[in-house]
Amino acid sequence: MPSEIMQVIQNQEAQLTDSEMISDETGSQFLSFIVGNEEFSVNILRVQEIRAWEQPTFLPNSPEYIKGVLNLRGTIVPVMDLRRRFRFKNFEYNATTVIIILKSQYSDKNCLMGCVVDAVSDVFNMEESKIFDVPDYGSEIDGRFTAGVMTIDGHAVTLLNLENLLSLDLIDHPYAGGQVSNG
Amino acid sequence: MEIDLSQFHQVFFEESFEGLDTMEQELLHLEAGSDLENINTIFRAAHSIKGGSATFSFKEIADFTHVLETLLDEMREGSRPVTREVVDLLLKSVDCLRGMLTRTQKEEDMGDSHIELINYFNELLSGEAPQEKDDAVEQEVNLSLSEPQDQSPWTIKFVPESYILETGNEPLRMFRELKAFGALDVKANLEKVPDFDELKAEECYMSWDLSLDSEIEIEAIKEVFEWVEDDCVLEIARQEKTETQAEQNTQEELTAEAFDTDSEAVVEKTKKADKPVKSQPAEQDKPASSQPQQKLVSVKKDVPPKTEKKTAASASIRVGIDKVDTLIDLVGELVITQSMLGELGENFDMSKLNQLISGLSELEQNTRELQESVMRIRMLPIGFVFNRLPRMVRDLSSQLGKKVNLEIKGESTELDKTVMEQIGDPLTHLVRNALDHGIESVEKRVEQGKDEEGTLILNAFHQGGNIVIEVVDDGGGIDPDIIYEKAVDKGLIQPGTDIPRDHILSLIMEPGFSTAEIVSDVSGRGVGMDVVKRNINNLGGSVEIHSELGQGTTFTIRLPLTLAILDGQLIKVANEVFVLPLVSIIESVPLTMAEISTIAGDMKVYKLHDEYVPIIDLKDEFEIKHELTNVSDGLLAIVEGENRRIALRIDELLGQQQVVIKSLESHYKSIQGVSGATILGDGRVSLILDIVGLAKRASERASRKRERVA
Repeated sequence: MPSEIMQVIQNQEAQLTDSEMISDETGSQFLSFIVGNEEFSVNILRVQEIRAWEQPTFLPNSPEYIKGVLNLRGTIVPVMDLRRRFRFKNFEYNATTVIIILKSQYSDKNCLMGCVVDAVSDVFNMEESKIFDVPDYGSEIDGRFTAGVMTIDGHAVTLLNLENLLSLDLIDHPYAGGQVSNG
Repeated sequence: MEIDLSQFHQVFFEESFEGLDTMEQELLHLEAGSDLENINTIFRAAHSIKGGSATFSFKEIADFTHVLETLLDEMREGSRPVTREVVDLLLKSVDCLRGMLTRTQKEEDMGDSHIELINYFNELLSGEAPQEKDDAVEQEVNLSLSEPQDQSPWTIKFVPESYILETGNEPLRMFRELKAFGALDVKANLEKVPDFDELKAEECYMSWDLSLDSEIEIEAIKEVFEWVEDDCVLEIARQEKTETQAEQNTQEELTAEAFDTDSEAVVEKTKKADKPVKSQPAEQDKPASSQPQQKLVSVKKDVPPKTEKKTAASASIRVGIDKVDTLIDLVGELVITQSMLGELGENFDMSKLNQLISGLSELEQNTRELQESVMRIRMLPIGFVFNRLPRMVRDLSSQLGKKVNLEIKGESTELDKTVMEQIGDPLTHLVRNALDHGIESVEKRVEQGKDEEGTLILNAFHQGGNIVIEVVDDGGGIDPDIIYEKAVDKGLIQPGTDIPRDHILSLIMEPGFSTAEIVSDVSGRGVGMDVVKRNINNLGGSVEIHSELGQGTTFTIRLPLTLAILDGQLIKVANEVFVLPLVSIIESVPLTMAEISTIAGDMKVYKLHDEYVPIIDLKDEFEIKHELTNVSDGLLAIVEGENRRIALRIDELLGQQQVVIKSLESHYKSIQGVSGATILGDGRVSLILDIVGLAKRASERASRKRERVA
């Protein structure tokens, strides 16, 4: 089926030019990063900043993917290790390990969460129409955490569902109460 | 160029409201024992408001305060006794003034509520001291009135005291106001102006002869000088036209316009130079400088240009001068460190590395301290809220015919301004409730053998990272049975439901619940307590009710201190550093010396005097990963919270320091046993332990264990 192959190549070429364009009015910009051996991405507007890895302060009784809290210029921000969250087996903290501070909404409040990843990779543009659903075949990563898959430079990049990934309701922390909505 | 007076309105309103608060507090004290100093304070506050409002042409307020002042003046001179009636009237007028100021601030219509009070004042004044009915001012100002039908111009001799500029008064402004009435000639008398070398910029050496061609009444002219009447010699009279004209030409003269432009230029220059020139006369027109007795500095939160003046007042806080001084000291240190580093950087070599490192750590230290003290500025003593309650208690108790003694404790407990703003209403509500439903009438109290004067205690203190506010009355208490019946009545609970006593009491905080037999004017419409509860919950706090029938009721409000500061003891458990609130620590003992016994199978307890205190090993409790340590290493910290005592097994006691409490909940969940977090000297986060939470965890786990066994 040569015509189908041609189609794929054309698609890829189109994407290549997309990713090379600095500003694309029709698509959105994404930040991609590496967790384990895979590449993931989030909408760049959800990224507040990227910090070098530092050991956060331990939180009592926390599930193992919650590494603790860190001091972000005076605010206390929780840190989640995505490799633990995605149940990957091997990980280490090295020079490329970073904490991406992501923004989310929780009961009408702006919340921040630090996410530990192995390395940041790239920033690229992508049209919404080129993001596909993740086939549901019982992946290791909880299906609620993924929002779609896209192709960058010929390899698959998983788009994360930050609403679920960062949701405090989905974090099972013993002895932790609900979040008090103060104002 | 006209100086926009409205830019000072905000300051005027702030100061006036403060003045009113002062008046109110002093008036309340006035009852207890009449001291001349009290009356003087009230008088000064009223006088400032009068002067200020006259300056800004808020005529109604100025008129009103004028009458008020006349009465106060009589009290000051002792010609009018301090009676409850007079104090009541004065308190009422404070309220009235507050209303007038608020309406003026919002640029609303004044209404005529104050007219009635003015009339009442006049009646009171004329009834007992008719000769004083007119302005008290008249005695101080030399007047020579002539017939009004004589249309010759007014001549005004104005000889201000040399310190007039320091009191914040600007003759130019007054002259300009006079000019609005008609043609004005201004002659400045410069005789007393010394040589330039001896001249002090902040003193006024000039006097003026003015001639005003206008048909206005003398009162209008006096009003212009109202603010300075005590600080000058003022003569106002109608005079022959010819005389004035002749004199005018002989003397050195300065027209109002010329003076005007001159002083504007001074202002311009001052601004351009960007250096505060000491007391330029033209700068003195801020009323802010007129209250030296207050040892507080007003810190503006935002200093916007002149936009949105008409909308609500911009928030500002008053901060103790010591806090500002600390800030200045810290900035000074920062500047020194910075210049030291700068010098170091200019010719740096590796031999100076140690110097650089220590310099940098000093810089870090300075910066952090600066940050902390800036945050501390937001903390205000809770007295700001408490202070408005005595007035209410006084009014309410007389309205209800009860005798109540209000005790206030812990006014200096600090809490964040935002929390404080929101705690005011719930607290007012609780106090109202305590007065209305709690404390019984005099007859009833006597019947029950109690002191006929009821006691209401307001107490505030820090506990376990919370601020606790107690409202305690020694009234009738709440009958759980009545509450229960009522709750069934209102359909809040099913009949026959078994509820623990404590929970029954908290039913009164459900929406639509009111226990008062008679719905009174004061409270009891069933919209009170649920609002209190909701407000406090919104702040992340809680309310507890404790009541003994016939003994009284205690409401305990517990609020988190989002920004509050706590005296902390740093402790080490494995490799983690935690903060224990210093107040909660009773003692600490090395494990080797501790008397530990095992009771009830596997529960370890520490014997403290006559009491067995359960031991909680923080490593196990918090599931901290650690290497196995010797069982007898470490120590026990015996801590207390809400009358519960526990012994915490920790590894080491570190230093003590004040910590700024930060909320975990702003980006995460609350964790039982942790009241918040703080940032330590090295920039790392450390968790603050909550003793009550820890104790609850331990006992809940114990009960779960029991259930499993059963």
